[in-house]
Amino acid sequence: MRIMDHPVLGPMTPRREVEFFFEGRKMKGMEGEPIAAALMAMGIRVLRRSKWYGQPRGIFCAIGLCTDCMVVVDRVPNVRSCATPLREGMDIRMQLTSDGMRTLR
Amino acid sequence: MIRTQVAIIGAGPAGLAAAVELAQEQVDVLLIDEQEKPGGQLVKQIHKFFGSHKHYAGIRGIEIADQLFSEAKALGVKILANTAAYGLFGNRQIGIHKPHTYELGIVEADRIILATGASENPLWFPGWTLPGVMGAGAFQTMINVHRVLPGKKVVIVGSGNVGLIVAFQALQAGADVLMICEALPWVGGYEVHAAKVQRQGVPICLRTTIERALGQEGVEKIVLIRLDEHGKPIPGSAREIEADTVCISVGLSPLAELAWMAGCQFCYIDAMGGWIPVHDAWMKTTAENIWVAGDVAGIEEASTAIEEGRLAALGVALSLGVMREETAIDRRKEVTERLTELRMGPFGETRRIAKDPLCSL
Repeated sequence: MRIMDHPVLGPMTPRREVEFFFEGRKMKGMEGEPIAAALMAMGIRVLRRSKWYGQPRGIFCAIGLCTDCMVVVDRVPNVRSCATPLREGMDIRMQLTSDGMRTLR
Repeated sequence: MIRTQVAIIGAGPAGLAAAVELAQEQVDVLLIDEQEKPGGQLVKQIHKFFGSHKHYAGIRGIEIADQLFSEAKALGVKILANTAAYGLFGNRQIGIHKPHTYELGIVEADRIILATGASENPLWFPGWTLPGVMGAGAFQTMINVHRVLPGKKVVIVGSGNVGLIVAFQALQAGADVLMICEALPWVGGYEVHAAKVQRQGVPICLRTTIERALGQEGVEKIVLIRLDEHGKPIPGSAREIEADTVCISVGLSPLAELAWMAGCQFCYIDAMGGWIPVHDAWMKTTAENIWVAGDVAGIEEASTAIEEGRLAALGVALSLGVMREETAIDRRKEVTERLTELRMGPFGETRRIAKDPLCSL
């Protein structure tokens, strides 16, 4: 959910809306915002699955330190979704193994 | 390769303050920061600081960041944003990486100030890896910087200032804060912050902690448990509540990897967040050309980080020979007095006692 109005920060500054894909589904987000923010605004919490047990993982630190939120962007694995700006047409996939093997299939 | 007189790693309060101070002495300064926007953790501090006017009382953190950065820019400080400093080679070369463009490079500096800040401590319990369990700072970044709400029903673990402030800001962002739980028998943060959230109806449950988080694809429920006077869980006291977000605020640790790489000597001070690089009163480490300032030199606050940044800048200016020794010593005295003032009271006192012996080395 987006915070459109805020008692201290005021209304949200409009940014250009862009289309992107998550797991093949077409979605909309704001250009330049972190991928993780765009996904969170769409209600998506699971960004990755753990290597051995397939457990869900999501945002943990939100500042690019913990690497728990890694996704595959345009076939490039290990992209930190909280620290990578969203661009038009990005093809974002949930990362299924920690080395991004899925992209080789 | 980029050449500069002084490289400052981290454009938070410490790094920005150091940059301003050095640029005023006509020193060529380059700031390196991983984030897009300078300011470090100030960019999400939407509350007003308190204390004295010398320390930005009544001004919001976000405004302090803007103010420091415009001062730095006006003085000609250069900034490499979206750039991670991934390593130090010897005592002068910094390896940099721009993850968005896959560029790699080297910055060579005569002096280096590490102002890398801190990272949030995790807390281990069954279910701690579920989406929805996150650092309180992470929640704060999402709501105040990116303007998205990670969850509607929030439980905060830890009643230090971060936990208390984030609880209030979660309310401002439109979330429902179910409670703040605290394992200790007392509130960790300032009374003012605690009173503010309590006035909003958020209960602070002492001697209570999270036992586990439950859910399939994310947090759905959490189990809370009461602790006895020895901190042991009281059998039969577990209680399940519905929640979708758990914010962990159980302290910070200095982000000191670069100082370890540089071979700095370290010391362990619990009150400062653990292992910190040993430094003198000028914030100089034991490694040649390497200074530290801010949370990397021990967890404190933005206001102390700013003063430490100034101290480091004075030390660097003196070592470069751009400032006379008497001037540097006089200025250091002024800054140290302000720091001592900041380190008064029940919270500051432990840190002052911890830091003073270091600085007299």
